[in-house]
Amino acid sequence: MMEAKVIVEAKDLTMNYHTLDGETAAIKDLNLQVYEGEFVSIIGPSGCGKSTLLSLIAGLLTPSNGAVLVKGEVVSGPNPNVGYMPQRDQLFPWRNILNNVLIGLEVQHKLNDETREKAKELLSTYGLGDFIHHYPNQLSGGMRQRAALIRTLAINPEILLLDESFSALDYQTRLAVSDEVRSIIYKEKKTSILVTHDIAEAISMSDRIIVLTKRPATVKNIHEIRLSCDELSPIKRREAPEFRSYFNQIWKELDVK
Amino acid sequence: MINGNPHISREHQAYLQAVKLEQMKIVISRVAILVIFVVGWELAARWKMVDPFITSQPSRIWATLVNLHSEGLLYHHIGITTTETVIGFVSGTIIGTFLAVILWWSEFLSKVLDPYLVVLNALPKIALGPILIVWIGNGSPAIVAMALLISLIVTVISVHSGFVQVDEAKIKLLRTFGATKWQILQKVILPASVPTIVSALKINVGLSWVGVIVGEFLVSRAGLGYLIVYGGQVFNLDLVMTSVMILAIEAALMYQGVIYLEKSLGKWQ
Repeated sequence: MMEAKVIVEAKDLTMNYHTLDGETAAIKDLNLQVYEGEFVSIIGPSGCGKSTLLSLIAGLLTPSNGAVLVKGEVVSGPNPNVGYMPQRDQLFPWRNILNNVLIGLEVQHKLNDETREKAKELLSTYGLGDFIHHYPNQLSGGMRQRAALIRTLAINPEILLLDESFSALDYQTRLAVSDEVRSIIYKEKKTSILVTHDIAEAISMSDRIIVLTKRPATVKNIHEIRLSCDELSPIKRREAPEFRSYFNQIWKELDVK
Repeated sequence: MINGNPHISREHQAYLQAVKLEQMKIVISRVAILVIFVVGWELAARWKMVDPFITSQPSRIWATLVNLHSEGLLYHHIGITTTETVIGFVSGTIIGTFLAVILWWSEFLSKVLDPYLVVLNALPKIALGPILIVWIGNGSPAIVAMALLISLIVTVISVHSGFVQVDEAKIKLLRTFGATKWQILQKVILPASVPTIVSALKINVGLSWVGVIVGEFLVSRAGLGYLIVYGGQVFNLDLVMTSVMILAIEAALMYQGVIYLEKSLGKWQ
């Protein structure tokens, strides 16, 4: 890893949900650091509060206790430095691809000729240049996912949050898309946090994997992924000899019964 | 295209022809029903199997139509009823959507008002006719109010439930960009609800006709509803039947118009 500079940090983060039936602790005293430029996966048993953690980092929720810091500042609401990529592409079917990609800029009142051109450039760099006037239902699942990523990149965030962004895709598309997304993120030099329950996906894409415990979630273990191949491509990385041992280790830690 | 293309296999050709034949059968049967009905009605009346004084008959309806046309009254009546109906369903949809936006904006208000909406929705609005006449007076405004009232509550309820059902994940996405509530309304809720609003509009066309005709029964001095009531009172069934026919055709045309609107709005679907 390069210069180890912390860009996202959770400090004693605690999050409780309240319903009439009582109080549920989703996250308890969770501490973690994410360094600039790295790709971190957060993995944990289903329902452990992974997505809650991402919503806290995105500033959509206010923690019960503790804080999330992005670039040293306490998160108190949505932050233009943080881009969020949802489960499924969530492209708006009534907007064409270009207008879908521009929506973040529109919302943030940053839409001008320059940012529009930049968004178009991103679209053509990543193979969607001929489709900017198409509607989402005219595109394949993989292309839609790419458009969704470009929509996030268009606001030029430093940090990307990927919320099980590939889980809705079929297996082959999923492999192809995670490959594409990884290479795009590498080229655009973004710090990325991926929430997933797919161990193989996490190992193949990440520099580090943070394993969470069952609810209330806290950090169980952190794995530095060092594969003996220099490849960046997640598909190739799956062939590395160390892949299986990481897989088994994490599988055990997840304690799935 | 079906027969001429040499690239189409014989089997596929046969399939296409079968489909075409089926469609033709449907159209022919439809027309046949209409023709048999009209001719049967006419003959039954001529051969005195039914009393045309009570049932009227197609040739008398035609004569009445020609008569109304030459007196120049036909378009006057049609025009009045159509105008009232259009104002009724357009304003019902617009005001209803506006009220639905308010309810979406304030969940508190929506919860508070929920039982009132349920009661108002269940109430037969026609019962309010006499009240409207007393309050608004004897004439077109009362009729339009009747049409509006009939469609308003159901619009509010259906459009609001459409708003509430908009995918949370899309809203979440916008919120991560820092969207305000107003932006969420503008950029997701309203565009995502266009199909709901159009389907409310479609229902309102029908409801608005009901409101207008009932309103005209109660108060008016002109319009198709007036012609029907007047015809009934003076036992001129020809006039009644003619007005009903015109009404049927007009209502169908208006409904088609809304479907056309729906198609042109929903190109992305």
